[in-house]
Amino acid sequence: MALRRQSTPKPLGVFPLGDTAAFVEFAEELDLAVNAVGQRLAAAVRSRGVSWIRDVLPTLGGVALHFDPDHAELPAAPLQAAAALVEQCLAEGLPPGDELGRSIDVPVCYDPEFAPDLAEIAEHAKLSREEVVRRHAAREYRVLMVGFAPGLPYLGGLDPKLEVPRRATPRQEVPAGSVAIANKQAVVYPYAISGGWNVIGRTPLTLFDAARRSPSLFAPGDRVRFMPVSRGEFERLRSAAGRRS
Amino acid sequence: MQHLGIVPGGAMDEVAHRLANAMVGNFDDEATLEITVLGPELVFDEAVLVAICGAEFEVKSDGRPFPLNRPVFLAAGARLVTGRALRGSRAYLAVAGGVQVEPVLDSRSTYLPAAFGGHEGRILKRGDALPLSPEASSLAAQRYAKLAKSATERFGMRTVRWSAPALTAPEHEPIVAHAMEGQHFASFEPASQRAFFEATWRVSPDSNRMGYRLKGPKLAREKANEILSGPTCLGTVQVPPSGTPIALMADHQTTGGYPKIAEIAFADVPRVAQLAPGGALRFARCTLDEAHELRRVAKARVDASLRSIAWAFGR
Repeated sequence: MALRRQSTPKPLGVFPLGDTAAFVEFAEELDLAVNAVGQRLAAAVRSRGVSWIRDVLPTLGGVALHFDPDHAELPAAPLQAAAALVEQCLAEGLPPGDELGRSIDVPVCYDPEFAPDLAEIAEHAKLSREEVVRRHAAREYRVLMVGFAPGLPYLGGLDPKLEVPRRATPRQEVPAGSVAIANKQAVVYPYAISGGWNVIGRTPLTLFDAARRSPSLFAPGDRVRFMPVSRGEFERLRSAAGRRS
Repeated sequence: MQHLGIVPGGAMDEVAHRLANAMVGNFDDEATLEITVLGPELVFDEAVLVAICGAEFEVKSDGRPFPLNRPVFLAAGARLVTGRALRGSRAYLAVAGGVQVEPVLDSRSTYLPAAFGGHEGRILKRGDALPLSPEASSLAAQRYAKLAKSATERFGMRTVRWSAPALTAPEHEPIVAHAMEGQHFASFEPASQRAFFEATWRVSPDSNRMGYRLKGPKLAREKANEILSGPTCLGTVQVPPSGTPIALMADHQTTGGYPKIAEIAFADVPRVAQLAPGGALRFARCTLDEAHELRRVAKARVDASLRSIAWAFGR
């Protein structure tokens, strides 16, 4: 059976990221399809198990390859070796994207106490609060990248009507589990940190636990759905999560 | 595990950390105590073989000057006052057998922002007890015995005649750190591009293990478009809208949305990490090939030191 090779977009280039890493850039603007290709390339590179590549990190617009500077097998010209490896992976065809990642349902309580910015977003979008919540929970999102903090997912697939800029002044502390949106993406904060995104709800799930076997709930490529829950259900789920950890 | 947002972390000055471990006969991956600018007072419940390497702290043991950059055998009950850093900012205290805190995510390092790893995921405070190896005192005796050929007494302390070279503490300032033009270098105004490599930068007091804010000329871009969040690395210099560059250090975030003006050569990161708040540096432009060469030379120098130390142990 002949394998029909899909035409995959070529990277813009393989650029040095310092002298111990390389960045395979596919796009300078957010493009969900291009991001998906990047994740498939990341999977392909990982599966090669190259000894001197310590980390393979899909980002919004490309893939970073971090080298182990002390590795005995580190090539004299690692950037070129990385570029050749990428070319090889692309030439041989990337693994299909739909097999990467898991489906994750994320309960979210959109109560006013957990949603300080919901009213402002509703006004900006000229929608009712209920409609904002409905539109936020209606879509399936994909984890484009996990970064900025351990376990913090950048989610693509936000309803275009909900696009709002980041807040002019970031909050000193956004509570753990806060669900927020800005520009074309949604995020969930794994623990209390300062943040400039617009907070519209909170999840009782624990996104990051260093002691867990899978420390991060989210990984690049996962498919996410938000499930609205009541305050009572939120509290019940939160104490259940507390007991398990 | 950077794809999950988990930072590589580890010692700010990896070179000093490795040398300290080597000097007490430990493998690379044993945990050391990172002492920053102003250090603790420690008491050892049992006999230990210790070494303090990196910045020059005015360490005293039971009132006497404690020799730096070499292994020292301390009897049970010894008290160390590490004091203040005179030159550089970070020293590493290694104990034969290592500091045996529980590894988290395969590391004994502390990650303060998310409070995990190390000792309860936090900075140490008065009264904390750090677990040593159950073999710590027998290792101390065995390993110091191996050093017999070069053993000597200094200020009444059992140590050796040699010391490891101070490879990273600043000799005079401003230090010079090599840096490559970053991904977004060309998007900066020509005056800012020049200023980056011509200015004398000072480490701001609000710097930490995540990054060093550098005081100096404000850097401006020609086009202030938003950058798509992308990967960062140790030594990346990013410039937020304020125009104050930040050199990313050991606990840096794995990704960022600020433009990257430059990347510090990996070989020079430990010396930059040794600057204290107020410390001064200048950047020297280098190419990728030159950065590779600097790294090879630096590695050869460290390897040579490690071989000499192993030789002293009779290996």
